[in-house]
Amino acid sequence: MMRTSDLVGSAARALRSNPLRSALTALGVIIGVASVVAMVALGSGAQAQVERSIASLGSNLLIVVPGAARGGGGVRGAAGGWDSLTLDDAAAIAAQVEGVLVVAPSQRSRAQVIANGANWNPQIEGVTPAYLTARDWEIAQGRFFDESEERQARRVVVLGATVANELFPNIDPIGETVRINGGSYEIIGVLESKGQSGFGMDQDDIVLAPFTTVKRRISGRNRRADTVSQISVKTVSEEYLTRVEEDVTNLLRQRHRTREGEDDFTVQNLSSITEAAAQTTQVFTYLLGGISAVSLLVGGIGIMNIMLVSVTERTREIGLRKALGARQADILHQFGLEAVALSVAGGIIGLVLGVLGAWLMTSLFNLPLVVAPQNAIMAIAFSGLVGVLFGAYPAWRAAKLDPIEALRRE
Amino acid sequence: MSAPLIEATNLVKLYKMGEETVHALDGVSFTIPHGGYCAIVGPSGSGKSTLMNILGGLDTPTQGRIVIEGADIGALDDEGLAQFRNRTIGFVFQSFNLLPRLTALENVELPMIYAGTSPKERREQAETLLARVGLGERMSHKPTQLSGGQQQRVAIARALAGKPALLLADEPTGALDTHTGQEILALFSQLNREGATVVLVTHDHEVAAATQRTIEMRDGRIVADHASGRSAA
Ligand SMILES: Nc1ncnc2c1ncn2[C@@H]1O[C@H](COP(=O)(O)OP(=O)(O)O)[C@@H](O)[C@H]1O
Ligand SMILES: [Mg+2]
Repeated sequence: MMRTSDLVGSAARALRSNPLRSALTALGVIIGVASVVAMVALGSGAQAQVERSIASLGSNLLIVVPGAARGGGGVRGAAGGWDSLTLDDAAAIAAQVEGVLVVAPSQRSRAQVIANGANWNPQIEGVTPAYLTARDWEIAQGRFFDESEERQARRVVVLGATVANELFPNIDPIGETVRINGGSYEIIGVLESKGQSGFGMDQDDIVLAPFTTVKRRISGRNRRADTVSQISVKTVSEEYLTRVEEDVTNLLRQRHRTREGEDDFTVQNLSSITEAAAQTTQVFTYLLGGISAVSLLVGGIGIMNIMLVSVTERTREIGLRKALGARQADILHQFGLEAVALSVAGGIIGLVLGVLGAWLMTSLFNLPLVVAPQNAIMAIAFSGLVGVLFGAYPAWRAAKLDPIEALRRE
Repeated sequence: MSAPLIEATNLVKLYKMGEETVHALDGVSFTIPHGGYCAIVGPSGSGKSTLMNILGGLDTPTQGRIVIEGADIGALDDEGLAQFRNRTIGFVFQSFNLLPRLTALENVELPMIYAGTSPKERREQAETLLARVGLGERMSHKPTQLSGGQQQRVAIARALAGKPALLLADEPTGALDTHTGQEILALFSQLNREGATVVLVTHDHEVAAATQRTIEMRDGRIVADHASGRSAA
């Protein structure tokens, strides 16, 4: 029986005796593992980014919008039109559904905002003070309007970070005024930045104003005064999400006298949207990883090729080793170990290069770098497996060589 | 007397070459006692190497029985054969067959690696063996840095590793000049005097004369088996 240390020693010696060939043979696996690691890290980074930005919309949040849901979760405007949701619906949800923390109706509009001779075209959102709580949003500067300012339709606005930067690049905007649709509004606060949403929208390109103000002075002129474009419902905790979603749906069906399939509203559960989006990117990640794994396979074939050449070249040596007392198992292990050592070394180098590549790409695309330790271990284990799979046949050929034939070979 | 070291009974080795069948061995029987020193002579193609390979456990006979040190070689599996080659046999080839990447010392250590001997013990034994064949000063030389005679001495030291019962040498002087060949032969004689059983193949009658016994082969048969010239002296 051969000692393990001797086995390792002989494999190391064989690989070192032809370093260039060893390096080139491992290169296939290096490229394979590097691309798998980089692609999976990139995909995981994209996934983390999507999850993070969707979570930034607000946690434990349901959003009710007018119009019926399409199959994929999109919203169709036709059934019931855009006026199907009202302030009364919002009040009913707040009063009748258990597990609700806040209900924040809002009215969306778009208008030109002018200040300082510059103009900008942000989204204008008429909201109640509950909106900040519902959306987990904080004030960075100044203050938010209170209930009474909201009821009185005061001409005050709170700017999103993007709008503040665009219109007041060098000045403190608090106390300044902006003009919207001809009226002038006092800036009382600036929101903290939320960044991009998971759908690629800039969440900071927004102006928040009291709901009644937007209804009366900005968007609501030709519309009913009590309709809303959105109701944000925040539950007290995550466990309530599904139940509240059901209860809100049932309550609105009752109020709107609709049945399932004819709804004129849609309740969106952000956590399920997050899940769906995360799943999409995960599939994408596996796809990229799978494509890269093909190159790992090609690397394995390279190893098999060189090991076959090596067995042929060293036929005489194999014959001699057998004549001196090597068992078939000893020869099998020696050549198998050479293949595995090549591919695992390739795997480790590939892992380092892959992480480096992922780091370069993620910093280029502004994504978080996510390298899960289990993925790194997988990469090494997988390259070891490639070595075993593709080294097995050449090693078996070596082990089965007839010593007489082998010794006669030049 | 105790049982002989080698007991060969009616060995036959056939090679099928298309239509033709070559009788490399055609009913060979003989015994060799412990401590024997025997030369096998005969023209090229007479079956000497075939016989040696069978004795060394590298090849198996088509028919017949070969028992060495009580072990029926034909009945051994791969594991048993490997152990037999490793422990019982020391094989010396005409073309030395040293591994070019290894030093003299490492070449001698090689069979002991397969015996599972510890590195320390291996090294010590290999050094002793190299000193014994007169190469104490050349231990870390690679084969290419050694002369033919020196390479064959390394090969003999390697064959002696693990204290085998039987030393087999197939034309060990065939690749050497006369003078060097005689030195190698003297080494075999000395090893035999120290107790080793030696069987060597040669087509040089002077070489054969140095042994105790000469077996002559022709066309796969033993045609003569007699005491060598030396025994008369
Ligand atoms: N592998 C083989 N295939 C076919 N014929 C062989 C093989 N090995 C040996 N022979 C034949 O067997 C006979 C004996 O060969 P060998 O034992 O090498 O003779 P020697 O060593 O006495 O010169 C020769 O005729 C040779 O051609
Ligand atoms: Mg021969």
